[in-house]
Amino acid sequence: MSLLGFCQWLAATRPSIALHESLYMYPLVESVHVLTLCLFVGMSVLLDLRLLGITLRRIPASDVIARLVPWMTVGFIVMLTTGLLLFYAIPVRSYQNIFFRLKMIMLVLAGVNAWVFHTHVHKRVFIWDMDPKPPGAARMAGAASLILWAVIVVSGRMIAYNWFDCDMQPQPRFVNWAAGCVVGQK
Amino acid sequence: MLQTFQAIELSTIGQAIKTSSWAFAVIESVHLLALAVIGGAVLLVDLRMLGFGLRQQSVRDLARDAEPILIGSLMVMLVTGVALFASEAVKCYYSTPFWVKMTSLLLAIIFTFTVRRRVTRAEATLSRPIVYKLVALVSLTLWFGVGASGRWIGFSG
Repeated sequence: MSLLGFCQWLAATRPSIALHESLYMYPLVESVHVLTLCLFVGMSVLLDLRLLGITLRRIPASDVIARLVPWMTVGFIVMLTTGLLLFYAIPVRSYQNIFFRLKMIMLVLAGVNAWVFHTHVHKRVFIWDMDPKPPGAARMAGAASLILWAVIVVSGRMIAYNWFDCDMQPQPRFVNWAAGCVVGQK
Repeated sequence: MLQTFQAIELSTIGQAIKTSSWAFAVIESVHLLALAVIGGAVLLVDLRMLGFGLRQQSVRDLARDAEPILIGSLMVMLVTGVALFASEAVKCYYSTPFWVKMTSLLLAIIFTFTVRRRVTRAEATLSRPIVYKLVALVSLTLWFGVGASGRWIGFSG
């Protein structure tokens, strides 16, 4: 089964239809998704700014990481759960949405960035723990995280707009390619 | 009041945003980015006052670090928020969530820059934990009200 076929199958399941057509459940899930930005992205921004040496400079970097990451983890779990539900409610349109695809790619890159930071830079945190301005590699990780999450938030918001939807033809060839539109088919 | 709102929507800025196909989306995205940042700045200090997060730091030090971030992101929220409002002022006039948001926002700003600021700036020895906890809970409740009702403006009407 292709990914598109899988999304079409998902869309036909009863809970997906129920969530899609619900009067309050869908907006509620979406509100939780959006407001949890404050916890997850808000804490990430503070951590990234510490890595860049912009704020919380008197606090050891390891302390900022150890104290904020548990909260970020809680936020991420809520974001992921509500995000999966939002996708489940509207699978086909999301899958063929150019901003959704951009968001997914950026999420993978943000994951890679966090993994590289954790396995390389963070391992030697004891060397630069008290530095108000951490070394280049840590600042790079902080800057990359800030940019990636900003793109993720903005592209996430843009999913709601139908400018490049597959049923809004004609679209430029690039859009049809990037969104995986099956042109000629409804 | 309604006439004022109509005039705002008919203003050059209001019409420019309303008729553009992308301006609202772009301004809203910036509004959303600033939401994440202001949320972080508020939560950092409020969680600390509740005894969570960066517990080894004093409330005073954390609040001092968070304040420029809080004020900066609040400015971005206000500017982008006014622009969004200008493009749909009449819809806002008839929107209950909009009025709930404006009331919560006014209260949140007043509380943050009076009571909360005074308590977070006091010497730690002068502030009792129960005062911190109360201030944090009121702050979180008010800002949550702003965020939740703000999101609900888009669902209603």
